[in-house]
Amino acid sequence: MSQDQPAAGRAAHVSGQPERAGPAPPARQTLSFRERYVPFIVSFLSVAIVFALIARVVTAAEHWPRIQLQFFNLDAMVEAFPAVLRGFLRNMRVWFVSLFAIAIWALILAMARSLSGPLFAPLKVLAILYIDLLRGVPSLLLVLLFGFGVPALQLRGLPSSNVFWGSVALVMGYSAYAAEVYRSGMEAVHDGQRAAAKALGLSQIQTLRYAIVPQAVRNVLPALLNLAVALQKDVALLSVIGVRDAVREAQIYTARTFNYSSLIAAASLFLLATVPMARLTDYVARKDQERRLQRTV
Amino acid sequence: MTQHSDDSNRAAPIPIRVEIENLTKYYGKTLVLDSVNLQVREHEVICLIGASGSGKSTILRCITRLVPYDHGVIRLDGMNTDGASFGRNGLAKRIGIVFQAFNLFPHINVIDNITLAPCKVHGVQRKDAEAHAEELLALFGMSEFARSYPEQLSGGQQQRVAIVRALATNPEVLLLDEVTAALDPELIGGVLRIIRDLRERGMTMIIVTHEMSFARDVADRVCFLDSGHILEQDKPQKLFSRPEHPRTAQFLQRIIEAGRL
Repeated sequence: MSQDQPAAGRAAHVSGQPERAGPAPPARQTLSFRERYVPFIVSFLSVAIVFALIARVVTAAEHWPRIQLQFFNLDAMVEAFPAVLRGFLRNMRVWFVSLFAIAIWALILAMARSLSGPLFAPLKVLAILYIDLLRGVPSLLLVLLFGFGVPALQLRGLPSSNVFWGSVALVMGYSAYAAEVYRSGMEAVHDGQRAAAKALGLSQIQTLRYAIVPQAVRNVLPALLNLAVALQKDVALLSVIGVRDAVREAQIYTARTFNYSSLIAAASLFLLATVPMARLTDYVARKDQERRLQRTV
Repeated sequence: MTQHSDDSNRAAPIPIRVEIENLTKYYGKTLVLDSVNLQVREHEVICLIGASGSGKSTILRCITRLVPYDHGVIRLDGMNTDGASFGRNGLAKRIGIVFQAFNLFPHINVIDNITLAPCKVHGVQRKDAEAHAEELLALFGMSEFARSYPEQLSGGQQQRVAIVRALATNPEVLLLDEVTAALDPELIGGVLRIIRDLRERGMTMIIVTHEMSFARDVADRVCFLDSGHILEQDKPQKLFSRPEHPRTAQFLQRIIEAGRL
């Protein structure tokens, strides 16, 4: 491993050269083999080295063999996998449904908050109150309060399942955040757009509906996707109210066998879902950036 | 109906379209309009000129009720625009305004920009609104842009679309707020051509502009504004060549020095 390091250093030096030659008229279409692949190789190597070092340090620990047995036991993972996967699919179902509920409810909140005039004042105050309160309480507490509290009320005509009320808690908390994201997007729309809409005779709500919101949603799509990634992990909070999700199933296995590998299995499943989402978010953000740059040219 | 003696070349009683009486407006504690009086007759083209901050644009914004004002009355066809006689929609239908920054909606195409207000505000059938929009676009030689999005058009083209959008409800009065100020010089011509064309068609217009040669050319009457007052108003030939007020003369002198007249 120590032999790799000078090699990486040399490669970095080599890849620096074309940049220094930059001021000359660029012939970008004809990148040489070196220009094209050396940066990639360098970054790949440096990542590999860092991870190898970490692995080295961890595996050198005195208790590593025991930890390996308890957390990284392949047999245990395979054994726990079906239940954990079933739980994980439940997580993703909750996530998917909540996403839509949040996207819509948050937009309504944001619109209510942006209205002006005495007619809409109560709506506006309610929206502000809601957003302040729900943003101020930890998601975990919301899930506990809704998951245990509301079913205990035994309200007629309302479902009493903990999955339902846990999801409601997530939707309510997250929509307070998403509403603020929408609002920032609405405020970023140029004032001239509002003036034009008003001069054309559009009402406040029509102005939002036809002029402001479509532009705002486009503006904040990357930020909203970021929230979606966060929610993708926070659905695991439902495990605390007894929903048999991936975490809960993993814990059940752990309690039975005293082996923690099921938790690693659950973590891997979450990574499998969140990493592509994070890449997608990056991609959308980059496209958005390009769109903005094009517009200013 | 009063008739100015200097308007004798026009046929007898021409009705007053827009009448502004003692219009006073503060922004916070700053007085921006100080008892402005202005009468605009049917088919008349008025140009408002003056330095930045003299209140020209604010007058237009008060007429369309984009901003509230503190004092005075604005009448359209003899009816108070502040009363219940029009309501928001009625006034927007009868007065069109075009802004310096075009303010087209960037997420919808040209035809949708033009038909939005007729369809959503005034209850026109989509088909009819589109037919009318196509007609207007054709009239000003812009049929090819109908399905384009604003960002695919040049500034001049966008501004021409914005004018068509303002015309889509067949307004009786068109207000133009420095519509060429944001354009590259070579794009101004197309926009000014449309305005001249509208004048030929008898459109009543109030135009805020810094294009003095255009104002001289197109205006029936030019009003010079200075810190919230209409200091002087006259036919363009008279006002530009023999201004009565020293402030007007000084303003015009500066314009000439800047090579814009």
